[in-house]
Amino acid sequence: MDLSKLTIHDLHELLIKKEVTSREITETLFQRIKEVDRKIQAYLLLTEEEAFRQAERIDHKIRQGERIGDLAGIPIALKDILCTKGIRTTCASKILANYIPFYDATVIQKLKREGVVFLGKLNMDEFAMGSSTENSGFQITRNPWNLERIPGGSSGGSAAAVASDECIAALGTDTGGSIRQPASCCGVVGMKPTYGRVSRYGLVAFASSLDQIGPITKDVTDCAIMMNAISGYDPLDSTSVPREVPDYKQFLIQEIKGIRIGIPKEYFIEGMDPEVEKSIWEAIELYRSLGAEIENISLPHTEYAVAVYYIICTAEASSNLARYDGVKYGFRSAEYEDLLEMYMQTRAKGFGQEVKRRIILGTYVLSAGYYEAYYRKASQVRTLMRSDFEEAFRKVDVILSPTAPTPAFRIGEKVDDPLQMYLSDIHTIPVNLAGIPAISIPCGFSKDGLPIGLQLMGRHFDEGTLLRVAYTFEQNTDFHLKKPNLS
Amino acid sequence: MEYEPVIGLEVHAQLLTRSKIFCGCSTSFGEEPNTQTCPVCTGQPGSLPVVNRKAVEFAIRLGLATHCRIAPFSLFARKNYFYPDLPKGYQISMYEHPLAENGFIEITVNGIKKRIRIIRIHMEEDAGKLKHGETPEKFPYSYVDFNRTGVPLVEIVSGPDIRSPQEAGEYLRRLRAILQYLEICTGDMEKGTFRCDANVSVRPVGQKEFGTRTELKNMNSFKHVEKALEYEIKRQIELLRSGEEVIQETRLFDANTGMTVSMRGKEEAHDYRYFPDPDLVPLRIDERWIEEIRAGLPELPDQKKERFIQQYQIPEYDAEILTSSKAMAKYFEETVALFPEPKVVSNWMMVELLRELKRDEREIDQCPITPRHLAGMLILIKNGTISGKIAKDVFEEMYRTGEEAEKIVKERGWVQILDRGEIERAIEQVIEAYTKQVDEYRKGKEKIFGFLVGEVMKKTRGKANPQLVNELLKKKLKE
Repeated sequence: MDLSKLTIHDLHELLIKKEVTSREITETLFQRIKEVDRKIQAYLLLTEEEAFRQAERIDHKIRQGERIGDLAGIPIALKDILCTKGIRTTCASKILANYIPFYDATVIQKLKREGVVFLGKLNMDEFAMGSSTENSGFQITRNPWNLERIPGGSSGGSAAAVASDECIAALGTDTGGSIRQPASCCGVVGMKPTYGRVSRYGLVAFASSLDQIGPITKDVTDCAIMMNAISGYDPLDSTSVPREVPDYKQFLIQEIKGIRIGIPKEYFIEGMDPEVEKSIWEAIELYRSLGAEIENISLPHTEYAVAVYYIICTAEASSNLARYDGVKYGFRSAEYEDLLEMYMQTRAKGFGQEVKRRIILGTYVLSAGYYEAYYRKASQVRTLMRSDFEEAFRKVDVILSPTAPTPAFRIGEKVDDPLQMYLSDIHTIPVNLAGIPAISIPCGFSKDGLPIGLQLMGRHFDEGTLLRVAYTFEQNTDFHLKKPNLS
Repeated sequence: MEYEPVIGLEVHAQLLTRSKIFCGCSTSFGEEPNTQTCPVCTGQPGSLPVVNRKAVEFAIRLGLATHCRIAPFSLFARKNYFYPDLPKGYQISMYEHPLAENGFIEITVNGIKKRIRIIRIHMEEDAGKLKHGETPEKFPYSYVDFNRTGVPLVEIVSGPDIRSPQEAGEYLRRLRAILQYLEICTGDMEKGTFRCDANVSVRPVGQKEFGTRTELKNMNSFKHVEKALEYEIKRQIELLRSGEEVIQETRLFDANTGMTVSMRGKEEAHDYRYFPDPDLVPLRIDERWIEEIRAGLPELPDQKKERFIQQYQIPEYDAEILTSSKAMAKYFEETVALFPEPKVVSNWMMVELLRELKRDEREIDQCPITPRHLAGMLILIKNGTISGKIAKDVFEEMYRTGEEAEKIVKERGWVQILDRGEIERAIEQVIEAYTKQVDEYRKGKEKIFGFLVGEVMKKTRGKANPQLVNELLKKKLKE
């Protein structure tokens, strides 16, 4: 039995039955990382010593006969955008290459309390800006299903690590699709929770009104377990919502009779990959056969989503990234004569192309004379898009769409065409703008053997229904059980 | 052509909360650099602000005390600019939706009452402090201290209603008094807990449109504000008179020269790119909370002034000065409680006490004479133990030593002479010594009387009771 191939809930069973130890699992994972990460390049940093210390602590507890939670002793890895006390956190940016936070993100504290074993920090697009992880300041992560392909982004390291069994589960962050699109590309499960469900404290901000932390896992059950651990109000995050968190495992039921699934016509666009379209329609048919009611719906403002998104996210980013000025921490250019030059040299050398592009765009849309035309207008359209969803959710319980218009594209294919790159998030962006939850689950493979993802969107704080609908699909298919061949 | 100035003031006041506006760090002043800091106030990646409820309450108090409308919905916004003392690269402030709007403060200048409008009051966070190395060779670095970063501020923006440097000074004193009465700010300009920038323009008297304005910064005392305004008004008028134009710019006041110098022009003005801070939810302030705060407001300067006029029957001028600070009003009331002649107390405070304090640049709460001591001295005057003249010496001794009047009077033998015999002996000596003057008086030159009284006082080293001297001398001269 290869422990690295198992899920959280498999391993938990083995741990409480004392058939394996957390140490054994952890050893297996580091062994696996050593074998395959040369090819995948998912990890930026391994925290082996602390991982084994934690594994020992959990094993000790188990030996003492103490009850342990679902995540105790389970090796998990983190997108390198989550602040970890005493452990380098870079956002895959040269400007933070030497940054060691002196505090833990709230989700890290929560997972520590659960007894999670942290394996290390995972690659991503610099400051989560990108859809392919090619914008990392350090390395290019490969798609485990085809090493010439991108793993998606920005949480490409997280999705690739889960898909290649280099960790049991991972945390990612999603601003415009950065959990769901890589999960789709890598054939794993990824959930973006409702905005406000998970504390953002300690998540290095890209676009504050859109960012949300979420799990990337091997199946829907693990997703529910992770959601249980990370959700909840945090007094340190004013935008987190004081609302009771249900036990998400209770939604893992195979029963969707009467559930109304909406199919938004605006999401079935020209240029959509025919294989993706075929898989999605097969999924819809499966749901119909399982007793769901399929309804055609409209989300009329969808066409503005990408434009609105790139105004709001760049505006917020231009302000959020102002703190990287070389004064307090991180990289500082050595070549400067005065303060202004220190700022300019530091930021010119410390940030990558895409980050600079977005800072410039964001600065522009907030400038005097342009604010009304861009930022304010975008905020207004965003409100309309939110109403689109509210309207739709009066008629249906979940909305179904492809996660991405195509399977994973080739490395280098869209690097020089930012607009094409931006369009790969066309199905995921509206969810962030509306603040609703969504999940991506595997729903098929292309002829080339590349995974295809299905996106389910739900009402605010109704992650439960998403899990139920996703779980039902998973129980009736075996896409999630397929593994890439990495030998 | 006659010109008149148009002045608007922007005041930043540090709020006296124990913790900072967006994190739990202490606001304690004068600590070791960077010891009162955390991930939030040093702008660490991933940190998030949470609004301090007490700071909001303090700002609402000020809004109510200045007759503002408290907005049911206000919004924190980011003001973006780069500076090393600003760790996030933006300051969290308020822009489109300030906390309070449309209030006023009433001032009195040269006996004329006037309302200065308050356009808006908003909340924001303070920046850190920079410390620069002494010389580039020896110490080529600059250092940042983030202890002050995130200390809550309110910014109070007046209308362009102020027409003279005195009015500006009066407005600032009144505003400071309100802040102090509310116990939400120490109001110390030298220490920077109360800061003022001024917008100034001039226009021909009678013209409605405003002239081109300049913004004045770097004024660290009330005196600086008045001086800077005087200089700037004069400068602008001279420019216009000589046919030149005022340039819209920011100017710094130099306390050493008393002049203002250009800092940056309009072209170099920052574009702050304000937008709503997505890390903070809108502030929704319900009517109940506002009423709760209103009910808890202390008596404010204007109310206290009215009460003083009514209750103590003192002139408005006295009441205005005695209520100019909470400490002053308290001193007055404590003294009156022990010596219930308000006008007498007021006179002593406004003349003697304020003169001494002003000379030593002391605040009234640092006064060596306590209200009990002052009342004690006034009792000695009243019961005739000392004369009013001697009282002035006693007062100075009290101020110098911090001792009670009774002790000083006893130790120095300054008790008033009430013994008729003793005074008569002195009078006889004076009449003998000044026969010529006595003759002139008796011939009808009544002015001489004062001189003779003075001589008798001299003889008794000022200790004779003046009424008795008058009475007995008159009697003697008629003989």
